[in-house]
Amino acid sequence: MADIAAPTATAAAGNRRSSLHKLVQRKSTIAFLMALPLILLIAILIVYPAGYAVYLAMLSKSMTKFVGLGTFEFILKRQVFWDVVYQSCLFAISAVIFKAIIGFIVAHLVHNIPLKGQRKWRGMLLVPWVIPPAMSTLAWLWLFDPSYSAFNWILAHFGIGAIPWTGEAGWARFCVILVNIWAGAPFFMIMYLAALKSVPEQLHEAAAIDGASWLQRIWYVNLPMMRNIIAITALFSLIVTFANFDIVRVLTAGGPLNATHIFGTWSFKVGIESGDIPQGAAVSLFMAPILAIAAAFILRDISRRGSEV
Amino acid sequence: MANAAIATGAPSRPVKYRSMSHNRRWAMRWSYFFLILFVVFFLTPPLYMLITSLKSSSEISAATNPWWVYKPTLSNYEELLGQNQYLIFFRNSALVSVCVVIITMVISVTAAFALARMKFWGSATLATGVFLTYLVPDTLLFIPLFKMFAFVRDTTGIELMNHWWTLIIIYPTLTVPFCTWIMIGYFASIPKELDEAALIDGASWMQTLTKIFIPVAIPGIIAATIFAFTVSWAQFLYPLAFTTSTDQLVLPVGIVTTLIKGDVFNWGQIMTGALLGAAPPLIIYAFLMDYYIAGLTAGATKG
Repeated sequence: MADIAAPTATAAAGNRRSSLHKLVQRKSTIAFLMALPLILLIAILIVYPAGYAVYLAMLSKSMTKFVGLGTFEFILKRQVFWDVVYQSCLFAISAVIFKAIIGFIVAHLVHNIPLKGQRKWRGMLLVPWVIPPAMSTLAWLWLFDPSYSAFNWILAHFGIGAIPWTGEAGWARFCVILVNIWAGAPFFMIMYLAALKSVPEQLHEAAAIDGASWLQRIWYVNLPMMRNIIAITALFSLIVTFANFDIVRVLTAGGPLNATHIFGTWSFKVGIESGDIPQGAAVSLFMAPILAIAAAFILRDISRRGSEV
Repeated sequence: MANAAIATGAPSRPVKYRSMSHNRRWAMRWSYFFLILFVVFFLTPPLYMLITSLKSSSEISAATNPWWVYKPTLSNYEELLGQNQYLIFFRNSALVSVCVVIITMVISVTAAFALARMKFWGSATLATGVFLTYLVPDTLLFIPLFKMFAFVRDTTGIELMNHWWTLIIIYPTLTVPFCTWIMIGYFASIPKELDEAALIDGASWMQTLTKIFIPVAIPGIIAATIFAFTVSWAQFLYPLAFTTSTDQLVLPVGIVTTLIKGDVFNWGQIMTGALLGAAPPLIIYAFLMDYYIAGLTAGATKG
């Protein structure tokens, strides 16, 4: 009996283990199959092109022979390239700083007013961010129009002469940055408002009892409490602003005299419009180090917060 | 101030209270004042679009107050909507956006479920990888994609250039990583007991996803859908690089390239076209503001 029972028992156990094993295997197989479309999409349309861009950048202009880093050397010697680097940094950094400041101020203003009115104001303040940038930039282009500028019409009433908004290098740089701030500040506002709501009211009361002025309360209570969100929003925005295309393209198309070209618009001009694909790819690749640094910071923040939870 | 109130004690308290509310009232007034200034700054371009779209071309070129409409007319709207061309742009945009939204949601919801719940080898790395690919901008990818399309044409004979449906293939690169990221966050917040109970009752993984997870995560799905729609509606670089003939253009590129004819800017029609093109996201925003905000900010708040 025992002799007979034992094998059946082990067989049953073995059977159970193998079916369990199969189940586990099946679960991970199903999971992999469910994630497969995502993996394929990322591999074929994001990772592969990104690698392919590196290869393309190493070809000669006619794309017939491999020149290694020759294209990069050639670009580094061009004055236009350094203008683009300068303008990209100026554009991204100043726009992000002003977006953050405006977002911070507006978030506090909205937070200040009674709760039931906040929704309405927030709704109006977010409109620039909802309109597709290519279309809202057209409105700015029209506001900056050289002969019919509505801004110049107002300035004329104050006795100020017409400003060549998009016609002169300095003003054109100002304009692309202004439009970018206009389109991006609402995003900062909404992020900072969410962060402000999570600052415990007791901290403010405690600070008020200790005699802190409203400015001190913002500086010593709100700012440290919001530090994480401020940093991550700015990093996100830095990536997006650095890689911007539509605003500059529609407003100035890089002009006057390449003064407002940033990496995205210049690589489009060189790569697609002038047909020099290797050079265009090389130009756009110069964005990669800056994006990688910002991404590394964001990732560090995510993993840190993940381990806190 | 609160110190003073405590020091002087009970009798002065009502006075104190009044001055406090007095202060607060002034703080509020200043808040409203500056808010109005910011709202003016933020709403000027869209309002100016509306103003210009209601003017005839003769009024636009006249030297009158550009901020006022003296003879409002709907002729720009009639002309634009009477044109076949603009309607084609609109149709292309709508078709592309709807298809992209459907593809995005199918890919990202199933993948997010697999990544959040059914861990497999490398799933954690993949989740981080998905987030990283979201940070790869379109300005880095359009040139290699351009070249890849030429390669596909040379090897298989399928012409991907200059077709609006090509955009359906490439837009998911912009939407899927972010939507997957949002959905992973939503699915991870659903209690584990729920899917365990379903599995014990004999539900398959697919049933658990469709019967349990999707209904529970509806707010997240709406937010992700809105995000995907907004991104594909607004995308400008890919259609500009990959489509050229007027019957293949989508709205943003169509307005920029066809309504601007050489040096002649027909501003009335350009503004009308831009305003109508901005209408779908604005309408969605007006009705679903909370989902809209949730969708576009979730990545950063969760991140």
